[in-house]
Amino acid sequence: MTAAIRIENIAYNYAGEQALRGVSFQVPSGALFGIIGADGAGKSTLFRILATLLTLQKGSAQILTWDISKAQRNIRTTIGYMPQRFSLYQDLTVWENLSFAAEIMDISKGEKPNILKDLLQFARLDGVLQRRTGQLSGGMKQKLALCCAMVRKPKILLLDEPTVGVDPVTRRDFWDMLAQLRSQGTTTLVSTPYMDEAELCDQVVLLHQGHVIDQGTPLELCQGLPGTLWNVHSFTSLHVDAQTASPPPLLSLYTMGGNLHALAPVDISPAEILKVVRNICPAAQEIELAKPRVEDVLLHALRSGDKS
Amino acid sequence: MTYSIQTKGLSKIFGHFTAVDAIDVEVHKGEIYGFLGANGAGKTTAIRMLCGLLQPSKGTGMVAGFDIARETAKIRTRIGYMSQKFALYPDLTVLENLQFVAELYLIARAQVKDRIADAAERTGIQKLLLRRTGELPWGWQQRLSMACATVHHPEILFLDEPTGSVDPLSRRVFWDLIRAEAERGTTIFVTTHYMDEAEYCHRACFLVDGKIADLGTPAELKARHGATSLQDVFLQIAQKARRS
Repeated sequence: MTAAIRIENIAYNYAGEQALRGVSFQVPSGALFGIIGADGAGKSTLFRILATLLTLQKGSAQILTWDISKAQRNIRTTIGYMPQRFSLYQDLTVWENLSFAAEIMDISKGEKPNILKDLLQFARLDGVLQRRTGQLSGGMKQKLALCCAMVRKPKILLLDEPTVGVDPVTRRDFWDMLAQLRSQGTTTLVSTPYMDEAELCDQVVLLHQGHVIDQGTPLELCQGLPGTLWNVHSFTSLHVDAQTASPPPLLSLYTMGGNLHALAPVDISPAEILKVVRNICPAAQEIELAKPRVEDVLLHALRSGDKS
Repeated sequence: MTYSIQTKGLSKIFGHFTAVDAIDVEVHKGEIYGFLGANGAGKTTAIRMLCGLLQPSKGTGMVAGFDIARETAKIRTRIGYMSQKFALYPDLTVLENLQFVAELYLIARAQVKDRIADAAERTGIQKLLLRRTGELPWGWQQRLSMACATVHHPEILFLDEPTGSVDPLSRRVFWDLIRAEAERGTTIFVTTHYMDEAEYCHRACFLVDGKIADLGTPAELKARHGATSLQDVFLQIAQKARRS
């Protein structure tokens, strides 16, 4: 396995606030690689460091063969970076925004029309070329921002929460685009607050308070969950307060849609678990085994506090 | 039955484009009502009409007992509004932000102190009143936003994607606040792209191309579409959309 991105023990401080506390991981070449974690876990800081917008304070990182603290220029021409917020001009049309991105990235006049046309077709934005960007729906804006990051056909894409505020259908389109890019060999590092998206990644790291606390394929993360996961439901919607401490012997208890998920040591019987849950939520009726998902992994990690 | 929100044939037409197409919405007092739909389905336009910020092109609507076309000033004092784009001043303290909002809502001087104490207690920020807002972690700013949106005891709280980029635990904590607000009798009108959150609503409606495509309790909607989650219902319904 060759790594497209190597991160070694990166730490970063904002005026006394420690955002990253020694983060290491490697992104294999050609992978669709996810970063998940709580708000303030340090995800955006990591993206800004890799995009060479923040100067590395401690540790080292390489993108392809380049050291990020020495070869900023090479890196900037190799990556496509989509920041979390705004990267488009609302008053320009779709075509103008993309055209502007092409110009600042030194795409030659000859190549430009074809590259732009291909991208717009890829994102299915070819029907709205002349629409003002401010009038696009949230999902279309994000697709256009992705196109702008891809103008130079980068080998590596850095996408910081690209689908926030995007509806479920458009999110699926967006991830279809990412899958297509992977099949063409692009390496993508992407963060997301949607755990169903994390499950579409080849590998995921879980950042918490500036540390990597878990890493693996989505399946490996789910298999790493301790104990057995149970789904507790009823004919009506069930709910427990998010900050309720897990009642012993349960390892975790939280709301999942209209049901509850209970994580329990393997030797506790379902009848016993149901009894414990009913003490908190009397409406609970039935219990069955649940298949752990990445949302369960992240929730359990966040509820258990600082595991590092 | 009294409704907090009731519209008949409510429409908004921009030139040749019908953003909201004759919707009938009835929201009971104290209900958590989910307003769901794809980007561009017309949710924001509809909310702006309900809040009295945009004149309807056709149809009628009553919000908190007032006409959305003619009594907008009265409506605005009886509703609260919050989105993920916080309207907080980062350089002010928590208390100053609350005081500012209390003045905007014309809360009587003699009442301001009590109202602020009440809002701070409900949202659990009473110990942070003297902190500078910009220094607070995101989750606490979100609580302050909630306190600001409810300091005047609105009859209806409009939440427009209040949990945009939020981790799974913080989203659940925030929904506890929403639930508590509804239990006090406040009507909640909420949009979200997280379909697990839609499951927390008493009823939810799906907007497609400006029209209401379906409406019901989460259980009814799932049964009707033979789906196990509202995410599946959404994918089924939204795929029928024609416009983008």
